[in-house]
Amino acid sequence: MRVLGLALRRLAASLPTLLLILAGMFLLLQLAPGDTVDALMAQMGGGDAALAEELRRFYGLDVGIAAQLGRYMLRLLTLDLGFSAIYGKPVATVILERLPPTILLMISALSFAFFFGLVLGVVAARRVNRWPDTLISTLGLIFYAMPSFWFGLMAIVVFSVYLQWLPAGGFGDITQSYTGIAAVLDTARHLVLPTLTLGLIFLAIYLRIMRASMLEVLSLDFVRTARAKGLSETRVVARHVLRNAMLPMVTLIGLQAGTMLGGSVVVESVFSLPGLGRLAYESVVQRDLNTLLGIVFVSALLVISINFIVDILYARLDPRIAAES
Amino acid sequence: MTGPTRRETFLLGAAAMIPASAMAQETPRRGGVLTVHFATEQRILNPSLQASTGVYIVGGKIQEALLDLDAQGNPVGVLAESWESAPDGLTHTFRLRRGVTWHDGKPFTSADVQFTAMEMWKKILNYGTTLQQFLEAVETPDAHTAVFRYSRPMPQGLLLRAMPDLGYVSPKHIFETGDIRQNPANTAPIGTGPFKFVQYERGQHIIAERNPNYWRNNMPYLDRVVWRVVGDRAAAAAQMESGQLLFSPYSALSIADMQRLGRDPRFESTTRGNEGNVRTNTLEFNFRNPILADIRVRKAIAHSLNVPFFIENFLGPFAKPGTGPIPSVSTDYYPTTPMPQYGFDVAAANRLLDEAGHRRGAGGVRFSLRLNPAPWGEDIALWATFIQQSLSQVGIRVEVVRLDAAGFLRTVYNDWNFDLASGWHQYRSDPAVSTTVWYRSGSPRGAPWTNQWGWTDANIDGIIDNAATEVDPVKRKALYADFVRSVQTELPLWMPIEQIFVSVFNRRIRNAGNNPRWASSSWHDTWLAS
Repeated sequence: MRVLGLALRRLAASLPTLLLILAGMFLLLQLAPGDTVDALMAQMGGGDAALAEELRRFYGLDVGIAAQLGRYMLRLLTLDLGFSAIYGKPVATVILERLPPTILLMISALSFAFFFGLVLGVVAARRVNRWPDTLISTLGLIFYAMPSFWFGLMAIVVFSVYLQWLPAGGFGDITQSYTGIAAVLDTARHLVLPTLTLGLIFLAIYLRIMRASMLEVLSLDFVRTARAKGLSETRVVARHVLRNAMLPMVTLIGLQAGTMLGGSVVVESVFSLPGLGRLAYESVVQRDLNTLLGIVFVSALLVISINFIVDILYARLDPRIAAES
Repeated sequence: MTGPTRRETFLLGAAAMIPASAMAQETPRRGGVLTVHFATEQRILNPSLQASTGVYIVGGKIQEALLDLDAQGNPVGVLAESWESAPDGLTHTFRLRRGVTWHDGKPFTSADVQFTAMEMWKKILNYGTTLQQFLEAVETPDAHTAVFRYSRPMPQGLLLRAMPDLGYVSPKHIFETGDIRQNPANTAPIGTGPFKFVQYERGQHIIAERNPNYWRNNMPYLDRVVWRVVGDRAAAAAQMESGQLLFSPYSALSIADMQRLGRDPRFESTTRGNEGNVRTNTLEFNFRNPILADIRVRKAIAHSLNVPFFIENFLGPFAKPGTGPIPSVSTDYYPTTPMPQYGFDVAAANRLLDEAGHRRGAGGVRFSLRLNPAPWGEDIALWATFIQQSLSQVGIRVEVVRLDAAGFLRTVYNDWNFDLASGWHQYRSDPAVSTTVWYRSGSPRGAPWTNQWGWTDANIDGIIDNAATEVDPVKRKALYADFVRSVQTELPLWMPIEQIFVSVFNRRIRNAGNNPRWASSSWHDTWLAS
């Protein structure tokens, strides 16, 4: 239970950070000219000043910035994320509706990247400087260098437009009403291209890290000892090397959870997925402060919980870490 | 085998001569799902509260207006069957269609029209508040008659032309209690239209299905209409190609994609069906800057821009040079006599700037200006860069300030913190609906797309006011010709490019584009070929 204590302490330490981020975000957004009523006017294509005045009162934008921030923080204390001006619903509801696609996308992209990164990294390390290594490393470099939106669009052109194998976007086929297994398969089909698009860049990172740390661990003394004991090469890799080489990979998952949320903005736009990333983008464009702050809050919680899981995994992989704390 | 007989040849020849419009005589097929590109999500879907194409694309299928436009662009009854106006223009009577029910089964009556007109059109609806500001009351002598009473003359032509956009009716029994703006029916609309609202998944799709009790017998033909929210232009083009989308309205694809898809036999890229949605590109001058208050400078700027070159190289076939605030498709109000124009003439521009006392200084620069382009549409961004480069040729340094929608509106129309601004003006069938407000002085600060340039001209204000209450159509037309001549002479703002919105249709859609505001209209007669 030491691990849990460590994780809880970290959770407590992240609370002030969270508040600072929220306040900073609030003030940063004030620097952008225009408010939600201006965005609304743009959408309406016109309107008069009296109407704008009335709407500002309606959305609580007629008081000063300090008062607005104060109101927000007070509400947050009671875990009330406020009301969304764009959606006309409580922010918590809006976010809950948009959370599943993002989480699903993150999990599938992360597992895809982690699994294939691991396998390719191991293969590359075991065939170091031979053709499989060269091929894998080159591919990794290409994936890493390629902008994900471009890859996404190219994947759409090839797999949706020309081959017509996979849908070009959306989270399900709305012209049909599927249930049960069919619905799950339908969602899975829609997630293939977005997962590839979001996952490839992370795959490239994982495979490079895995290759490097495998090579490092392979040169350590205990590996030589294991080989000297007469263990087969597969056993050495599986039992001794892999476990140790995986530590940096797991660290990276925690660090990249935030990056992945950022990357999902692009992927969700390209594939028109109704996720949190696109919601964040829309709330900035429409100056929906409450929703944006709510997303920041929920994303922070998400990243904190992923790191919590990583901490536990860490302790499992290397018992010294839990002991040291 | 022998060739076709003489009779067969004749028939084939005749078939080839039938114009495309006669294709509509194929027997309509019932069924099918029409998937539509929905580029910008809307806060509400109720066209009685928000007049914008984004709302009509969805709400216009579910709710109906008193009138719509027919293929020739003339008002045709929808919820109103007939109408008459008193000669003084103070009373307008609409006889309403009988036997129409709301989607929840309640009957449609004149009380709905009265409620919507007084509480929504007059108080909340953008443009409606201006149009209906002198509406005193709507009387309902019986359940199928609505009499509109005005305190100042309302020209019948103006009212009828405004109704297709500003005349959508909402059910009184749903909206009469509580705050109208917060009513859940604003995002789950209840109407009398051919399609019933089913579901709105934010960020994903909106679904509407066939209304089995629609008052037009055996219509609509489609089972469902599904709007897919696709914000990314490239992604939307790909979905058109993969068949996930069948229709993309209002120029929502990139210019290059609209042209490319237009060359593909499966699609049609066309301005057909958008004649009622014309927009002009604007160049707005801030008169609070003394340099721009000088008419010679404004004319010099206009003369420095090679509009035909820009259109040919950047906008392609979907645009043409504009001649003033009233576009050429407005057959009722487009002036018949030539109006002052500003052709491309760098020598004249330089001469005018010299005359105005702005000699070239260091590096050949006369003075600097800030240009705020509106963030809607690729063409505005291109136009801004074109202005910047063209004006540098005559010694005017231009700094382009790019902002998003909220930032642009605040900076230009509320803070007046600009020298030049550029965006779209949308013409809505009659100059009094949304055009003259760009020129009429005395507009309150912060109202977008109104005269926020600091320009005042008592003469033009007078013409605008007289034309808005002139009941004689001939005199009205003459007044608008005066208006165009005056503003083209004074150049408070310039509208040099005329564009009609582009629709991209999958050719399976039939009866597509058969009225001038098709993308916004009800699609009761639309069907899909298999």
